[in-house]
Amino acid sequence: MTPVLELRNITKRFPGVLANDHINLTLEEGEIHALLGENGAGKSTLMNILYGLYHPDEGEIYIRGQRTQINGPTDAIRQGIGMVHQHFMLVPVLTVTENVMLGNESVKGLVLDRKAVAARIREISQRHGLEVDPDVRVEDLSVGVRQRVEIIKVLYRNANILILDEPTAVLTPQEADDLFEILRSLRSQGVSIIFISHKLREVLALADRVTVIRRGRVVGETPTKDANQAMLAEMMVGRRVALTVQKPPAKPGEVVLAFKNLKVLDNLMHLAVNGASLEVRAGEIVGVAGVQGNGQTELVEALTGLRPVQDGTITIAGKDVTNASPRVITECGVAHIPEDRQEDGLVLPFPIHDNLVINTFYHPPFANGWVVNHEAIRQQAERLVQEFDVRTPSAAVPVATLSGGNQQKVIVAREMSRPIKLLIANQPTRGLDVGSIEYIHRRILEKRDQGVAVLLVSAELDEIMGLADRIAVMFKGKFTAVVDADEVSKEQVGLMMAGSSLEEALAHAPKPVSKEREIVT
Amino acid sequence: MTEATTATPSPVATTAPPKPRQTRMRDVILYPLLAVFTALILGGILILVTDRAVVQAWLNFFDDPMAALRATGHSLSTAYGAMFEGSLNFGGILRGIGAALRGEGTQELAVALVPLAESLTQAVPYIFAGLAVAFAFQGGLFNIGGEGQMLVGALCSVYIGFKVTGLPWYVHLPLAMFAGIAGGAIWAAIVGVLKAYTGAHEVINTIMMNWIAISLSTWLLKVGGPMARPDVPVTPPVLETAWIPRLFDTPGNRFHAGFFLALFTVWLIWWILYKSTLGFQIRMVGANARAAKYSGVNVKRLWIAVMAISGALAGTAGMVQTLGVDRWVGVGFSSGMGFDAIALALLGKNHPVGVLLAALLFGTLKNGATRMQSVAQIPVDIITIVIALVIVFIAAPEIIRWLYRLRQPVAKEGPVFSKGWGS
Repeated sequence: MTPVLELRNITKRFPGVLANDHINLTLEEGEIHALLGENGAGKSTLMNILYGLYHPDEGEIYIRGQRTQINGPTDAIRQGIGMVHQHFMLVPVLTVTENVMLGNESVKGLVLDRKAVAARIREISQRHGLEVDPDVRVEDLSVGVRQRVEIIKVLYRNANILILDEPTAVLTPQEADDLFEILRSLRSQGVSIIFISHKLREVLALADRVTVIRRGRVVGETPTKDANQAMLAEMMVGRRVALTVQKPPAKPGEVVLAFKNLKVLDNLMHLAVNGASLEVRAGEIVGVAGVQGNGQTELVEALTGLRPVQDGTITIAGKDVTNASPRVITECGVAHIPEDRQEDGLVLPFPIHDNLVINTFYHPPFANGWVVNHEAIRQQAERLVQEFDVRTPSAAVPVATLSGGNQQKVIVAREMSRPIKLLIANQPTRGLDVGSIEYIHRRILEKRDQGVAVLLVSAELDEIMGLADRIAVMFKGKFTAVVDADEVSKEQVGLMMAGSSLEEALAHAPKPVSKEREIVT
Repeated sequence: MTEATTATPSPVATTAPPKPRQTRMRDVILYPLLAVFTALILGGILILVTDRAVVQAWLNFFDDPMAALRATGHSLSTAYGAMFEGSLNFGGILRGIGAALRGEGTQELAVALVPLAESLTQAVPYIFAGLAVAFAFQGGLFNIGGEGQMLVGALCSVYIGFKVTGLPWYVHLPLAMFAGIAGGAIWAAIVGVLKAYTGAHEVINTIMMNWIAISLSTWLLKVGGPMARPDVPVTPPVLETAWIPRLFDTPGNRFHAGFFLALFTVWLIWWILYKSTLGFQIRMVGANARAAKYSGVNVKRLWIAVMAISGALAGTAGMVQTLGVDRWVGVGFSSGMGFDAIALALLGKNHPVGVLLAALLFGTLKNGATRMQSVAQIPVDIITIVIALVIVFIAAPEIIRWLYRLRQPVAKEGPVFSKGWGS
């Protein structure tokens, strides 16, 4: 049978970079084909070629055996290729129907034919189990449902080749499971799917075949039934990767961070944190588990002085720091790995060496009084780039030019290279590849073993289960339970994240069986 | 598995190290030079098509092609010749040096230096006003209020200049200067405070403050007004003890010591921005205010400081012009210089040295335009158009790249210019 889509020897060069080097890829009818690779391996370039956003320098594209050229997104859709981007391309104030119509408007006379479109949306959503109300405004939908709208948009345009770019990055575990069901259903109806990811577990669970690319080249292609995590990780990274963290038991010391009855408003002036209390001791990692949007962001911002506290108290190392400024809190020995590294953690146009001192630049040796000592800043950067393995041609390049993993390493280097008592890490590995995740986890554990108190906030349940000594489950602005990590199973924590009480969770879900901790994606 | 998975690093795909310095050089030097060059060529075309003699000669091209070319050459050389003679006069200066060397006295040289000195003199307020906008931009603030801050600075200086009497110059002059600087600083700091504590956008408020300053000056300077003379709508002259000293006594040479203050200020602002901890914070806030807040910078206080310093620079622009050149203030004093300052900052890529060069260019062009008008009867507006074209080419480097077939730089660095319109 001729494959639905075939890429032969696709090569794309950017100045100084060979982004795609003679890539071959075959997509069979009705299969889910995963494209696996680290950030910056060339996955996105390849898909942008397929979607007509870039033109390949060499190589051919065949659709159902016919050689073709793709001259842009409209052309791609005409040829049956639809793409769901990681960042949604939806207009929030329009309804689902209007969003689907946008760029492909059906008209009756001079009027938009909303009814007919809505009917087709209903039909598509029924056929594929994509539950969505066509008359609701997109801004009122959750992230998972918005993604469904994107998929409907593509199906509405009669695409039979679906490209999904890191679709689970923005989803909760439950939403991801729903998405997988939808994709399986689409597959059974003959839609062929390219699924881009760097998460091994997802690829193994969902895909029929997987192509691994590294540094712009295909390093292997295999049916997923013959593959396992360790093997894929090694192909992807190019070396053996430790998938489990060796973690000696914690030796908790004194309380470093304590907050009581904390109340914090979100941007819409709702109580996002509503009476949360917790203590974190030196030498332990407390993991905050929870579905995103249950107040974790606001909690961390309040603890680090970025957001005012309405009520309650925060003490760090015995000092009351309720509503203290970020600088005062940093000076207490607090390191903060922020949730949004590009918005909060880095000054993208600044060189790496300046980014390494954005919260210490006023201290000797980086400054003498009013005068910045650029030499000292550069020397420190040389050292830290080595020590924290930041892959860069030099410490003088703008940090914007680095890959996500290396940007995160710059933040980790900055926060962990100074003497600290408390580390607050919010989504420290989001969007990173296995190699970087492994590295950052090792560094966090290292700090714990040196007696630093660690508060780890993560939407990745596996990360919490693997790293935390104690788990605090956050639900609707409160901690519903604080438990020892060994005493609960992943399923039990998942239930509590969805609102169950500790007793209910312990009664119903499977008990923890294995002490082995698997934490990679 | 179809391929071995041994960890041989691929020989390709090594990311090329971006060369920040090289990108900088072309951004800061090559593009502006080409922009000026292209604008002068287009300005030349404009001069030609508006010159009736040239158009007539070209209509008769087939009868007398040489006449057409001659007319073209004549028109251009008269216009640009007058402009260069009126603004730089290098030929005259060389002749003057020759005369001085031959022992014929320095009188000819002194006269020949007047146009160049006037260009530099006209550049002085531009330097300060351009620095004001560029400095605010570095901190992420869009100060469109240079106009009002200049006016307030000028009014404050002049007020001290004519009202306070009986002081020796070494007290009176610094006092008058300080009044202008402080006036501009306070005028702008109000906007900074409003932004920090109410979130009001500085673009709106600086525009409003411009109108307040202009209306205030109209009231102060109306005939018989609080600061005006009883008969004409201008202030009394500044007392000699508050003059910024002029350095030549040749008639028509208004070159004054403010030029050196401007050079020093360029250095000072450069030092603050790139060598001091304050500048580090300012640039951090300008590039990413959220990250600045995260790293412990008091963003609100910094906004106020940046606006105050920016206003102080704009106030200085008004101050040097009044104490050094005009020695009084009338209604309509700054006539758009505060807005030209935005173009200067753009042209100078927000770098103090770039602003200095751009201001020298502006001073030269504006000064030359006056002579061009009197000698070649070409309206000053041509130069306004040339300046506008320069700005267009700088704002849209794509045009210059296309015209001169330059390759697109790979990595873009530096803050985006339109940052000021953001949050």
